[in-house]
Amino acid sequence: MSPSRSRFRHRVRRVRERVISLVTGSGSDRRERGNSSNGRRDQGDSEDLAAAGTDESARDSVRTNGTARVAADGGTATSTGFRVRDRLDRLRFNETLQAALFWVPPALLMGWFVYGAISWNFVISLTDWSGLGQPDYASLNLEMYWRMLDDRSFIAAARNTVALLVVFTGGALVVGLLLAILVDQDIRFENTFRTIYLLPMSLSFVVTAIFWAWMYNPETGMINVVLRGLGLEVFAMNWMSDPRTKLATIIVALTWQFSGYCMIVYLAGLRAIPDEHYEAAKVDGASTVRMYWRVIIPQLRAATTSAAVVLMVFALKAFDFIFVMYGTTPGPSADILAIMMFREAFARTNWAYGSAIAMVLFLMALAIIAPYIYVQYRRGEL
Amino acid sequence: MTSKDAPRADTGGNGGTRDVGGESGAGDDQNREQSMEGFSRRIGRIGRRRLALYVTLVLLLALYLSPLWSGFTTSLKTAVTFATTSPLTPPPPDGFTVEPWYEAWGRMRFAMINSVFFVIPATVLSAFLGSLAAYGLTKIDWRGQIGILLLFLAGVFIPYQSVLVPLRQFWSAVDLASLLAFAPALAARADLLELAITHTAYGIPICTILFRGYYLTIDDEIIEAAKIDGASTIRIYRRIVLPLSKPMFAVTLIYQFTNIWNDLLFALVLVTTSRNFVATQALNELQGAMVGQYNLQMAGAFIVAMPTLIIYVVFGRQFARGLGGESG
Repeated sequence: MSPSRSRFRHRVRRVRERVISLVTGSGSDRRERGNSSNGRRDQGDSEDLAAAGTDESARDSVRTNGTARVAADGGTATSTGFRVRDRLDRLRFNETLQAALFWVPPALLMGWFVYGAISWNFVISLTDWSGLGQPDYASLNLEMYWRMLDDRSFIAAARNTVALLVVFTGGALVVGLLLAILVDQDIRFENTFRTIYLLPMSLSFVVTAIFWAWMYNPETGMINVVLRGLGLEVFAMNWMSDPRTKLATIIVALTWQFSGYCMIVYLAGLRAIPDEHYEAAKVDGASTVRMYWRVIIPQLRAATTSAAVVLMVFALKAFDFIFVMYGTTPGPSADILAIMMFREAFARTNWAYGSAIAMVLFLMALAIIAPYIYVQYRRGEL
Repeated sequence: MTSKDAPRADTGGNGGTRDVGGESGAGDDQNREQSMEGFSRRIGRIGRRRLALYVTLVLLLALYLSPLWSGFTTSLKTAVTFATTSPLTPPPPDGFTVEPWYEAWGRMRFAMINSVFFVIPATVLSAFLGSLAAYGLTKIDWRGQIGILLLFLAGVFIPYQSVLVPLRQFWSAVDLASLLAFAPALAARADLLELAITHTAYGIPICTILFRGYYLTIDDEIIEAAKIDGASTIRIYRRIVLPLSKPMFAVTLIYQFTNIWNDLLFALVLVTTSRNFVATQALNELQGAMVGQYNLQMAGAFIVAMPTLIIYVVFGRQFARGLGGESG
């Protein structure tokens, strides 16, 4: 055996020792479940032996007669101790390998399509690829990113994206909270109400866009028909072609579709609040509105945060609905980055420019989710 | 839940009781009288409150159903009728027709079949792979899994726009149609296979997160006991974890089916031949081709929505759980 190899073995041994100490440390909580100290010890050892799949008879003896095993262990402390450690070690190694068998294939598939594709997208955004050919990966620069700054339609789309994100998220949260509070009043047919409020979430954006395009129809759409019926003819507008209301048509329809989701999240939050908090507020003589505002809503912060993250990220990638309602050119008053990216890349074959816009969207999404995930992680909620 | 809600419902009425309580220094009779009065006042107030609550709830119900209602009535009207009547009113006897449904179905049947063809494999595969990954990341002790898990979690939130161009490049480099040349029937459907694989890959993160949340609740003792009996990791998964996962499979399958069926973006990018159009894509085409024919458009919309609507009505609870899982 060459010296370098033996040194390597030595190092492996040291690492193993460390792993063992870690493993036995982390294993202690599991062992604490045993009743007697003998039982605990026994459980730990027998597990190692059994799973390592070695001495069949030894395993049997362990299972049938635990105390004898412990005594034997104590008797030949050093040799058995080492053997157990070795087996423990091998077992941990096997477990890690076997765990990999489970998570690696899905992770590879997902990793390639998500992270591989994003990296590739970034590289494409550095080229100047457009038209029918293939990208030229030889000359990479930030030209496409500079181009955005001079592009007025990019500025408009970015502004609309932020407006959509803020108003839609706020609107869906408020409506969802209201629905949740109403549904949480111990009402009859609660399930029916909940089911119907959440129903739009089960529909495709293609479907809802077609429904809403009909709702917004200036002549025979329901909104204008109802407004005329109420004598509010002045407010009956050409909703989908008036630049002032275009973005609003999208926000209203998406709020309709997503408020049920917020309701579900808030309902879970409301039901996690202990009864005593309601009762305490009641004893203090607080009015219902005051109780919700001062006592209940502040306790819904976690629900609000997680729903808001989902809504904001959705607002960034909202595509299907706007595409079906307005096509790839909604005009400067309703254009958003998700639509612009698709238009530049797939309608105008400005692939590199489209990829650069997509990177901006990705970074915006990252700016929203990274703090969220980090906080979750720090709180140990993962 | 009920015990909490019941007292809360009459918080407003409680103000009345306090008023009475404030004057309770007076004689016994008077006190009882007043409390009786307070009691009936309270009932009145509760009644009015409850009434207002239900009225609000029903109005909201109407509001939430109105786009579907206006679509449904329109889908059953003739062209003349829907242009001249309110979308609120059901079709009059002389303006009633099922022709739009019939025609929309005829135009979109092929796309509905295409959708079934790719959605079911993608749903099952993504759920199964999610379950595998969650088991590997949850039930087997090894360090560093939290880092991997974070990658899965972030994968849930990725805006798909940031992968579209590479996706197109990838699927034109990996030419499934020529790889499948030996089976012409499959090769002609290569677009749909690409779509199934793509949806599987992007479904894995959310499925993993959903299953992980569930596996954390499985008692470790069952698994430890199996280990003591010498069961391998694979065996434990097959014999213990998989059977226990049935309820979560219901949630994940329903959630994924709805998501994948409803998607348009990936189909727009990956499906190029019109005979491979999926349901949402065909509906979008129908809307573009039948401008102004709202009855036909609405019938088409309902046809595309039907599978997810039925699943939602039957399995609403599981769908809601899937949605809840997305927010952690």
